[in-house]
Amino acid sequence: MIAEQYLPVLMLIGLALGLGGMFTLLAIMLGPKRPTDVKRMPFESGMPTEGSGFRRYHVRFYLVAMIFLIFDVEVIFLYPWAVQFRNLGLFGFGELMVFLAVLVLGLVYAWKKGALEWE
Amino acid sequence: MEVFFYLFAVLATVGAVSVLLIRSPVYCALALVGTFFCLAAIYVLLSSEFVAAVQLLVYAGAIMVLFLFVIMLLNLKSDQPFALKFSIPKIIGLAVTVGILAQLIGVLNSPAAKVGPSGEYTIERVSAEGATEVVGRLLFTEYVLPFEIISILLLVAVIGAVVLAKRYVASGEEESG
Repeated sequence: MIAEQYLPVLMLIGLALGLGGMFTLLAIMLGPKRPTDVKRMPFESGMPTEGSGFRRYHVRFYLVAMIFLIFDVEVIFLYPWAVQFRNLGLFGFGELMVFLAVLVLGLVYAWKKGALEWE
Repeated sequence: MEVFFYLFAVLATVGAVSVLLIRSPVYCALALVGTFFCLAAIYVLLSSEFVAAVQLLVYAGAIMVLFLFVIMLLNLKSDQPFALKFSIPKIIGLAVTVGILAQLIGVLNSPAAKVGPSGEYTIERVSAEGATEVVGRLLFTEYVLPFEIISILLLVAVIGAVVLAKRYVASGEEESG
């Protein structure tokens, strides 16, 4: 079974959550709390805060995130190809090159349209 | 083994319900990350480690980044009043949800659901060869045409994103950096 090999991963996650949770809990339980108005203010580089904490982001962040997502999905397909590289031979190599060529087309398009530039 | 399944199933459900109940959209997104993690753990329990890795890399990583950007783009206020009003779309949505739930219960109670997993690739066979190896072998031999179509699909997504988002960038509205 594959699942049993992941027991150390689960133990590590449990340990990390337990340790972090324990310190937070200890700080809540043992730490003194003397809040004043100044202490309750959100800290912004020592300046008095201005406006809401929520601020609209420019749409170009979305464009970068979307392009990242698409090429992230592309890279995912390299993993199963890489583990079978020797068995697939030249045919498998050609398949992946076709796949990558179509996506490079997308990259060239995004590049030409200036989607990768920050202005 | 079953204990872990129930643990992660309960955690995933708790995360999914929190997404619906929490008002702040950013906390909602974090609850969704928790649900994605639990789903990845369930995939590992089903001996499909490749799907689990993809779940973490793509869903918990890239798609959540996209969700957070959408939340920041929409300029949502977390203190917006939440009103439970019945409108026609909500009633239709409720009817569809109840319909899907009824169908799910029907399928799970049917005789076919009690036979258990069947097919060529049993858990033992996948475990022996390795989940990623099986996916790789099938993807590049039997399912090579769908695989190449994925690249077209991704190309469409690139062009769609550039066309839609670039229009707003080019119109030169400078809000905040």
